[in-house]
Amino acid sequence: MGVISSKLGDLGVVTTTLDTAVNWARTGAMWPLLFGLACCAIEMMSTQAGDYDLSRFGMELNRASPRQSDLIIVAGRVSRKMSPVIRQLYDQMAAPRYVIAMGDCASCGGVYNNYAIVQGVDEIIPVDVYVAGCPPRPEQLIQGILTLHELVKGERLKEWVVEGAR
Amino acid sequence: MHIPDALAPAATFEEHLPGVLKGTHEFREELTLIVDPADIERAIHFLRDTRGLIYNYLSDISAVDYFDSVKGYGDYGDRPARFGVSYHLYSLLYNRRIRVKTFVDEDVAIPTLTTLWEGANWLEREIFDMMGIHFDGHPNLRRVLMPADWEGHPQRRDYPLGYETVMFSFNADEINKHKPYVKE
Amino acid sequence: MATTSKRPAALEIPTGTENALGQAQTWEGSLEDLRGLVSDRAITGETMLLNLGPHHPSTHGVLRLLLELDGEEIISCLPDIGFLHTGIEKNIESKTYEKAVTLTDRMDYLAPMSNNMVFSMAVEKLTGLDVPERAQVIRVICLELTRLNSHLVWLGTHAMDLGAMSVFLYCFREREYILDLFEKLGGQRMMTSYIRPGGVWRDLTEDFLPALEKFLGYFPGRIDDYEKLLTDNPIWIDRTQGIGVVEPEEAIALALSGPCLRGSGVNYDIRKAMPYSGYENYEFNVPLGEHGDVYDRYIIRVQEMRESVKIIHQGIKKLASTSGHFRSSNRKFVPPPRAELGRSMEAVIHHFKLWTEGFSVPDEEVYVAIESPRGEIGCYLHGTGGNKPRRVHFKTPSFIHISALGKLTSGHMLADLVGIVGSIDCVLGDSDR
Repeated sequence: MGVISSKLGDLGVVTTTLDTAVNWARTGAMWPLLFGLACCAIEMMSTQAGDYDLSRFGMELNRASPRQSDLIIVAGRVSRKMSPVIRQLYDQMAAPRYVIAMGDCASCGGVYNNYAIVQGVDEIIPVDVYVAGCPPRPEQLIQGILTLHELVKGERLKEWVVEGAR
Repeated sequence: MHIPDALAPAATFEEHLPGVLKGTHEFREELTLIVDPADIERAIHFLRDTRGLIYNYLSDISAVDYFDSVKGYGDYGDRPARFGVSYHLYSLLYNRRIRVKTFVDEDVAIPTLTTLWEGANWLEREIFDMMGIHFDGHPNLRRVLMPADWEGHPQRRDYPLGYETVMFSFNADEINKHKPYVKE
Repeated sequence: MATTSKRPAALEIPTGTENALGQAQTWEGSLEDLRGLVSDRAITGETMLLNLGPHHPSTHGVLRLLLELDGEEIISCLPDIGFLHTGIEKNIESKTYEKAVTLTDRMDYLAPMSNNMVFSMAVEKLTGLDVPERAQVIRVICLELTRLNSHLVWLGTHAMDLGAMSVFLYCFREREYILDLFEKLGGQRMMTSYIRPGGVWRDLTEDFLPALEKFLGYFPGRIDDYEKLLTDNPIWIDRTQGIGVVEPEEAIALALSGPCLRGSGVNYDIRKAMPYSGYENYEFNVPLGEHGDVYDRYIIRVQEMRESVKIIHQGIKKLASTSGHFRSSNRKFVPPPRAELGRSMEAVIHHFKLWTEGFSVPDEEVYVAIESPRGEIGCYLHGTGGNKPRRVHFKTPSFIHISALGKLTSGHMLADLVGIVGSIDCVLGDSDR
């Protein structure tokens, strides 16, 4: 986008590809689901609070309804009792939808290798970005989110799967 | 307000409820009274409402499993039964704690304490959930932490931890073959 | 570091998650299961059953509430927990005592130090391990900072639930500073595992005390700011006074503890009643409420923050006058410092023994309780005579408080439920463990 706008000067016209425009819009206003499980949810709250200010990346608006959100940040350990709930939330989200597994527990079970905890949320829902840490610092989560933004920017419209899920 | 002098719990027991107390145990200044499971409600009611004792705050109910995977079933050392249930009471008036302990086997039910403290409700439910010990007269004895259709009682010593092999780079291929990744 | 997904060539699993997990997604129970728990009018369909949670913005985690409503009025409320059940108690049974401290951090994740403390105290009581005076003072400072930390999150989220958004941002600003302090101590922001059996992990770092004093200098003014926003705010008063009232007798019967019990006027603070870690040497007040409503519990927690600041000030003074080590020097239980390993063969042996086998504790049971920010957190620890516990059970305040929710909310409006759930300050990691 930048190259063309600099060539055109102040004409007030920008030409770009549809892919770039759509992906720019998607990454610039990616609404996460207001969904916290455990310790990592507190760090997620810190990320959204003043010091780290997630709204810099257009993500200050947490939607409580999965229908209105693009991204689910699985922040915390996923128990066997909770897993059907998470799957249901994921199923209710509209495509294109993305998943960040925040923290060790959501990524691989972390320190809790036992009967109660699902060993990685990728057994239930497909994960796009894993963020390590127990709990990850807000900077780490932000980097995970930016990594996801990079992934989204690389998507092409023609590769979209039409039927059902992404 | 006149506060009656504090009494020694074990001696008061012998005086007013002879035969209920099966033994006492003291470790690190923590007094344990051992009673039969059938007497538990009577004994704790007595501790709560007797002048000079007034253990009126229920701190905790915990259960412990004496099953030993080496020795197997039936051998619990010097303990009379497989499970021990400890009631931790506190006296807001005299500022002291006491433990009442009872030993039960799997098929024995304990009278509920929900008649004395409503707060005992979930503590007993948790013990039922985790240890499989039944409480007689409990208004809603069903699982509280585990899903309702869960099989087994996780805190028993013969219940496996449910450990899965940790994935490292050298065994990643092997584990990925079996790990149930979801596909959309 | 974040890494992008490298999903392996996916395995074919049977369709749908319910098969993969062996669990169905729909509720297969019937209304008959609820008979006796809800009123009979719900069975006939006269009143409405509403499911709230486990994913709901105002339930502070994964708490599920089944509400029976007559219009806007709550007839009964059945809390359902366990969505965060982690098996921490079972996991600790397979760990040595030193390693188990790390797991306790993640129970009550708003007050990790309290969990460390109660577990360490149980181990110390079981083994008879001494704690040097300096370590006790450091512990008190950390515990009170934890209390501030926890109350700040509570205040922010509680106010946000009731519609006061800006308090959240202010509270988290101060909380970040406390987390920075913890990072100086333990190297981690939240899960420091700083308090260990026998003392604390390491001595205070050089930059800790100056930073702490700077914080204490401006923090009381910040509490004034929160109070300016809320205490006399007519909307806040309308939404909190007279809501969720607990009578003192009822509070004791429900086994409530902490600010929920003191809000009803029962003077039970373990720091005063059964002092641990030298709390008897500090001067502080225990704020008590009169009405036992949401407002009183709010006032008490705000007052507790001021008292905590007082305690930390005294702690800093004591730190200058106390001598001693930051951790016990009983080498049978506490690993030797790194510097000793190069000089002493004995230290090497102790180091090796403690980090492989761990120490053994007697086949006995103890119960230790301390005052966490939420109330009485208790640890029941039963040793085997070996290096791993036979049973550890945590009596957690959130568990008890959630069980009391049904009693607290019945008869109130649905909108007040949010305030009541916020006022008991439940942390689901604490209740589910």
